[in-house]
Amino acid sequence: MNLELSHDVDADAWTTVCEASRLTPGRGVAALLPDGRQAALFLDRSGRAYAIENRDPFTGAQVLSRGLLGSAGGRAFVASPLLKQRFDLETGKCLDDDGVSVAVFPVRTV
Amino acid sequence: MSTTPVHTPTVPTVVLVGHGMVGQRFLEALADRGVTERARVVVLCEEPRPAYDRVQLTSYFNGRTPEDLSMVENGFMEKYGIELYVGDPAESVDRAARTVTARSGQVFPYDTLVLATGSYPFVPPVPGKDARGCFVYRTIEDLLAIEEYAKTATTGAVVGGGLLGLEAAGALKGLGLDTHVVEFAPRLMPVQVDEGGGAALLRTIEQMGLTVHTGTGTQEVVTENGAVTGMRLSDGSEVATDMVVFSAGVRPRDQLARDCGLTVGERGGIAVDDTCRTSDPSVYAIGECALASDGRVYGLVAPGYEMALTVAAAIADEAEERSFTGADMSTKLKLLGVDVASFGDAHGTTEGCLDVVYSDSRSGVYKKLVVDGDGVLLGGVLVGDADSYGMLRPLTGSVPPVSPEQLVLPAGAGAPVALGPSALPDDAVICSCHNVTKHAISQCATLPEVKKCTKAGTGCGSCVKLIGQLLPEPADKGLCGCFSYTRTELYEITRTLRLTSFAELLDSHGRPEARGGEGCEVCKPTVGSILASLAPVIGAGGYILDGEQAALQDTNDHFLANMQRNGSYSVVPRIPGGEVTPEKLIVIGEVARDFGLYTKITGGQRIDLFGARVDQLPAIWTRLVDAGFESGHAYGKSLRTVKSCVGQTWCRYGVQDSVKMAIQLELRYRGLRSPHKLKSAVSGCARECAEAQSKDFGVIATANGWNLYVGGNGGATPRHADLLAQDLSDAELVRLIDRFLMFYIRTADRLERTSVWLERLEGGLDHLRDVVVHDSLGLCDELEALMAAHVADYQDEWAATLDDPERLRRFVSFVNAPDAPDPSVRFVPERDQIKPDLTVLTIGTMRAGTLEGV
Ligand code: SRM
Ligand SMILES: Cc1cc2nc3c(=O)[nH]c(=O)nc-3n(C[C@H](O)[C@H](O)[C@H](O)COP(=O)(O)OP(=O)(O)OC[C@H]3O[C@@H](n4cnc5c(N)ncnc54)[C@H](O)[C@@H]3O)c2cc1C
Ligand code: SF4
Ligand code: FES
Repeated sequence: MNLELSHDVDADAWTTVCEASRLTPGRGVAALLPDGRQAALFLDRSGRAYAIENRDPFTGAQVLSRGLLGSAGGRAFVASPLLKQRFDLETGKCLDDDGVSVAVFPVRTV
Repeated sequence: MSTTPVHTPTVPTVVLVGHGMVGQRFLEALADRGVTERARVVVLCEEPRPAYDRVQLTSYFNGRTPEDLSMVENGFMEKYGIELYVGDPAESVDRAARTVTARSGQVFPYDTLVLATGSYPFVPPVPGKDARGCFVYRTIEDLLAIEEYAKTATTGAVVGGGLLGLEAAGALKGLGLDTHVVEFAPRLMPVQVDEGGGAALLRTIEQMGLTVHTGTGTQEVVTENGAVTGMRLSDGSEVATDMVVFSAGVRPRDQLARDCGLTVGERGGIAVDDTCRTSDPSVYAIGECALASDGRVYGLVAPGYEMALTVAAAIADEAEERSFTGADMSTKLKLLGVDVASFGDAHGTTEGCLDVVYSDSRSGVYKKLVVDGDGVLLGGVLVGDADSYGMLRPLTGSVPPVSPEQLVLPAGAGAPVALGPSALPDDAVICSCHNVTKHAISQCATLPEVKKCTKAGTGCGSCVKLIGQLLPEPADKGLCGCFSYTRTELYEITRTLRLTSFAELLDSHGRPEARGGEGCEVCKPTVGSILASLAPVIGAGGYILDGEQAALQDTNDHFLANMQRNGSYSVVPRIPGGEVTPEKLIVIGEVARDFGLYTKITGGQRIDLFGARVDQLPAIWTRLVDAGFESGHAYGKSLRTVKSCVGQTWCRYGVQDSVKMAIQLELRYRGLRSPHKLKSAVSGCARECAEAQSKDFGVIATANGWNLYVGGNGGATPRHADLLAQDLSDAELVRLIDRFLMFYIRTADRLERTSVWLERLEGGLDHLRDVVVHDSLGLCDELEALMAAHVADYQDEWAATLDDPERLRRFVSFVNAPDAPDPSVRFVPERDQIKPDLTVLTIGTMRAGTLEGV
């Protein structure tokens, strides 16, 4: 089972990132996209995959993939490892600062 | 950043000139009042970026990016259909035709014009003031230019020893320059503080290594080939310097208003009335460019915000008319790390007023309160210790509930001051930046709520501590949103039920709504730590990164290194007791050199190597482990260091072998996971060179053995350790520490150091002594057994990681490109070593080359 990520929805372009078994549920990994951007991929306990931009907008560092996963109100989030702001994994919205969000990438397992 | 909403000529138009702090507050107030729905709002912004937090400007040098400083929420302009023209200043106003012409040539008709053009830094007309190397300190662009120039400079001078001058001086010092401050007045911060306060400030600032010249003016900037080389002062002396920052006050930017014939004050400032209207009823002026009806120009942001609200209310046609007739000039700042505050009638200009002064030049503390004959507090100056500012300022204008003498005495001297936030009246202003009262704050339950609903605490931040004291204590003592149990309770549950997985614990003991979920960033590491410290007795895996445990660890534990601000890591090998052979030192030097790491001696008697990419960690540690080093657990909530003094072996005063004991203790407790980090030290005699009394457990040699101190803390709230037992033999000492640590691990809260835990422990030190010395709870056997299991089970985490290819696989920057380094982790030179390149991080998403071959 491979994890694939779409970095360009219009072009229907999918990149194979890695085998799903490389991810520990509750943690993430970083992937380099063909256009040079970085994505953070996560698996939750139920095996569902998520992908968001790896860049922490508060510090500029490419570290979100190294944050801890959590859930609140049934929705998964990742807490930045640097200053601990949380980001909803489905929408990319920061839960601690209304004005801030990160990009979200569609993912699938094939 | 501009949008062009559909509008018809019949819609009234508001044009705002100047998008600074006050301009943005004004736009928010218009939006709040629904004005943006019925009017066209146009903003002309001169600077190349929308409004940002000028008050926090200096924090740029502490790593805040220009983006962090922005005051405009993403999408704000679009949401309210505001037209913002960035980098396009207003050039002229035609009041007869009611139009504003921008530099781009665009002409905007207006019904209401609001001027918020702020001020410009005043540069005294001295020869050489325009030379290369002369700067002002007002905008982000100014700071970028200063930062760039400072790279080639070694000395800097600031003209002006006021609030901004000292801030600029701090910045220059932070950039590594030898820094001078030249102030014309006989003391620093002449506007805010009095003579005594200025003297206290001077002493402290000189101790920091800045050179201060007061009572002297700048006569000339000396130049060579058009660049600054020095400064000639009015006392005839000369200061050699590579750059000069002028910070000699500001002047209102009223040129636009002058040019179109609006009334301006004799000494500048656009004259306005109580409602901030200028001499033309369709034109308002707010913020630092306005000359208020009380004849003053306010150079602080809070009065500007008041003016913004006044005008927004007038434009919105609010029934309740607001007015601005003057404001409080109170300030509290931390300048170069020194607290400075002044409020009310700080200089005692009220007729018949009296003052109460406390001054301690040893510690650089100076406090003065001004009261009237009836004891009404009129104002004050606080230097060196401004903790009471939050309480005192709101009490201004009333008779404080305790005497003024008690209010200036330091805590602990004389009678304790029983003055809590409850003493404040409901209408006391707690946040002066946003003019928020105690009553408004008491409507909220949490700090985030307060910030959201009232904006209190979002300005200078000096009121946040007091806000915290006003909020109710949370009724729910649960660890987090996932568990209603405390850490101690979870420890007991895990121990007695022998649960070995987080998921199991969450699904059986979590809050109903959290069961089946992921947990959160609070409970996962907490439970991870409990599982690690109980591993041998409950049968959980001893390696903290195997299986589910890997998902629980904070990022530092997950990579067995400390993450730094640019996503790189630091590496700290354990150096037990601070003792290290020359060979091992050489290996550290070689590793640092070969991997290009920044090297620093830590405050914990060992060496930190900074700037490793995640994919370099295994190679670095292979070299270190080969040379006999182990993980120093700088990343873990676990034992850090046991510092030692050289002790009896060498020192003429030593009475025991303190190094040997320190090494023994460090090796015994290394790797022990606990609620917070643990630190220790062993001194060879009562002179205490190892500072054992500031440690979680500290040991001091006596002629007969060892004294054990517990609950000490350095850090933010230092605490002297308490003596638990005296004259212990080696074995007695170790046994007592075993019990003490295990009792702490069992009963402390998450992130509670031993100092805080001991303060909280019912019965305090006596109870602790009963439990661990006299075994009053019959627990000691069990506590010792737990520690014995830990000692037997210990393995070096790095050696265990390097041994297992599966465990090593996580150490890559990219899962799909294991050999590609992360391009955002870059460094620039600093003092012959490196430091993180932070500008690279501000650029936004870095596009790396391409994914060749993947
Ligand atoms: C490296 C070092 C500074 C240095 O260059 O000297 C340091 C660096 C950090 N300290 Fe420290 N502390 C260092 C010695 C100290 C000391 C001095 C000492 O240990 O004798 C203290 C005061 C003593 C004490 O803890 O009681 C100290 C009190 C703190 C505190 C405040 C703790 C408190 O109870 O108030 C924190 C914050 C915290 O832990 O919550 C902290 C937190 C940190 C963190 C972990 C902040 C962070 O989360 O990034 C820093 C990261 C280290 C890294 O990335 O490698 N550091 N820190 C020192 C490492 C010592 C070592 O060899 O392990
Ligand atoms: C380093 C520093 C530290 C400070 N610390 C504090 C503090 O601790 N507490 C405090 O209360 N205050 C502090 N201040 C002062 C505070 O920043 C100002 O009071 C506040 O910014 C005033 O807001 P304003 O909108 O009136 O002016 P500004 O924020 O200066 O904004 C005015 C804007 O108008 C623009 N402008 C001017 N003319 C035109 C034109 N013709 N067309 C278009 N745009 C134009 C300017 O470029 C500027 O961007 C500090 C200031 C500095 C520089
Ligand atoms: S604490 Fe005592 S034994 Fe240790 S170095 Fe200092 S004076 Fe010497
Ligand atoms: S007083 Fe400045 S933020 Fe509250």
